[in-house]
Amino acid sequence: MIDFGYTLTPSSTIEIDDADLSLFDQLCALEPDALKCMSCGSCAASCTAGVFTDVNLRKVLLSLQRGCEKDLLFQLKSCMLCGKCYIVCPRGINTRHLILSICKIYNI
Amino acid sequence: MRERFISGFDHFVLPFMLGMIFVLVWCAVGLIKVMVQIERKDRIKVYKSLINPKIMGKNIRDWFCDCLFHVKLWKRNKVLGYMHSSIAFGWFMLIVIGHIETFLYIPERGGLFYYPIFFRYFMAVESTTLRGSLLFFLMDFFLLVVLSGIILAIIKRFRSKLMGMRRTTKLTLLDRIGLYSLWAIFPLRLIAEGFTAGVGGGSFLTVPVNWVFASILSKPENFTIAWWAYSIALGTFMFVLPFTRYMHIPAEILLIPLKNAGIKVRRPRKGYALAELYSCPSCGVCLDACPMSVDKAGLKNTTVYYVRQVKRRNEPRALAIADKCLMCGKCSVLCPIDISATDLRLALRKRQPYNIGHDFSYLDKLPNGALSSAVSVGGEKVLYYAGCMSSLTPMVSQSVQKVLTTAGIEFTLMDENGTVCCGRPLLLSGRTEEAKALMEKNKEIIRESGAPILLVSCAICYRIFKEDYDLEGIQVIHYTEYFEQLAAEGAIKLNKQKLKYVYHDPCELGRGCGIYDAPRKALTRVGDLVPAGKERKESICCGGSLGSLTLSHEERGRITDHSIRNLTANSPDRIVTACPLCMKTFSRQSEVKVVDFAQVIAENIIE
Repeated sequence: MIDFGYTLTPSSTIEIDDADLSLFDQLCALEPDALKCMSCGSCAASCTAGVFTDVNLRKVLLSLQRGCEKDLLFQLKSCMLCGKCYIVCPRGINTRHLILSICKIYNI
Repeated sequence: MRERFISGFDHFVLPFMLGMIFVLVWCAVGLIKVMVQIERKDRIKVYKSLINPKIMGKNIRDWFCDCLFHVKLWKRNKVLGYMHSSIAFGWFMLIVIGHIETFLYIPERGGLFYYPIFFRYFMAVESTTLRGSLLFFLMDFFLLVVLSGIILAIIKRFRSKLMGMRRTTKLTLLDRIGLYSLWAIFPLRLIAEGFTAGVGGGSFLTVPVNWVFASILSKPENFTIAWWAYSIALGTFMFVLPFTRYMHIPAEILLIPLKNAGIKVRRPRKGYALAELYSCPSCGVCLDACPMSVDKAGLKNTTVYYVRQVKRRNEPRALAIADKCLMCGKCSVLCPIDISATDLRLALRKRQPYNIGHDFSYLDKLPNGALSSAVSVGGEKVLYYAGCMSSLTPMVSQSVQKVLTTAGIEFTLMDENGTVCCGRPLLLSGRTEEAKALMEKNKEIIRESGAPILLVSCAICYRIFKEDYDLEGIQVIHYTEYFEQLAAEGAIKLNKQKLKYVYHDPCELGRGCGIYDAPRKALTRVGDLVPAGKERKESICCGGSLGSLTLSHEERGRITDHSIRNLTANSPDRIVTACPLCMKTFSRQSEVKVVDFAQVIAENIIE
């Protein structure tokens, strides 16, 4: 194949109909707050570990909602469970329990 | 005195004897179980404490003060204290004097368990002596004391508020059987002794009862049925005892020396924890203490029900309760037997796999001194750790810096460019190993700075620095203490204004570390300090505690409201707290302005 110096970007289409959301449903059963998130990003902005790494709870939760659980879960490994994300969350999501529940169900 | 029966035996003693043997065997097995389950080094510690005269003296004092006199309950409420100590001490004295009588008058029967208990049935009076009447008087007196306690106990079942308890524990069926048989024992004893008082002798209580019986019945001395009833009541009580809350009577005797030897809970239901679980008398003092009991549904998450679920081995339910708990420690402080409720829950949390493959290797990649404003300059006096919460409450760290600058103290910021969490939140969720990783990193930064004083402005951080960090040679000090010290020494001068402050004791600082006075003293220097409804060790958690894993935002909100109502009982102008988390939590809901301790000092400092 001839190298023209550029590539095609892989499709970023998300097929929610095809995604397997059974684990996400389990998560919602364990911590119903998972459904409350409106992706404002306050959690990521205030994150203690976020100063040092790319950890971003908003993105992690989005990826789970879309069934792309493999992509970003590893980020949660750097969480220090300090709970600042709960303090700032405008939706009052119990973020610490959400994180612990994600870890429990997705087995990271 | 002489024996009425040559055999010295009657069939009615059997229920009591069987019950007694059952309880003794059960307790012996329990004792062995606890001692085997305790870790080896702890076991050695216990044995050593038993030959240490100082600890043994404390054991004896505690046995009397806690098991018999219930001093802690007296301090809480006089009637409640009297009720418990009259039953416990009165009964104890009945047993002791019963033995004295037996050994004085018929020593050859001293080895029989039942003889001192049923002494008046087996013995007949021949002549009246001073010694005999005195002993009989004492027996009747203590019986009266116990009966008065039983009457109060019955009243308490219906009107617990009279004894300072808003709520009482829901009893199980077996608890009820135990309770009713306990209530029955002493009136039945009075009746039984009343029947035989004509033969076996009696005093001011039993003799008049005998007169009454004699006037209505033809041959009162034949009524062994009353003695049967008394013995059956005792037997029933003893047979259900191991499965009821009354197991606390023997268990506490074991718990006290273990506690005084310095043993701590290591496993959720084994070893020392087992002794604690069985020592819980289900009294329900924790029901009123628990902040979660603002909701009726929250009552089931209190320590007494936690203990019950663990004893029943209902692990899912116990874990749900353990995860809900705010870990504020109020129940432990008020508990008459000091059950370490938070340690018990933490031990259970620790056993839960959360599969969070924590990875803090990114911290090791940070260059030296990346976080602090200056690296190991030497000669610096104070290293100030603002804590991770300070990025949400920047005014706290700014105020602290203002005070330090005004006082002319050289300081370094430990976490100016990002904080490594102190590890307490991980520790509270049972992730000990992960917390250690963070602690090691922080220790490294602290050691590197070479500062002799570590100043902390967060109550949560302060507690873990004090308890779990091993910072030998470095003084860890909370800013409330430090500022009060500076003010007392005259290093800072403060304005006094006409403002009414109320001080909220953060759980981790007050109950956790015992700092109550320093912040109050400092606040009286800048304004008037008004008391909260409940304060110091009885202060109510703000509801924001990191201790709870599963408490929802709404449930927390109701606790916060309750706590604010308590703080504003004397209409203060400002609520002052010394923990950034409490401040954040209160400010969301409080109508009264909430400020941090450092802000108050910084506002009133004369530059």
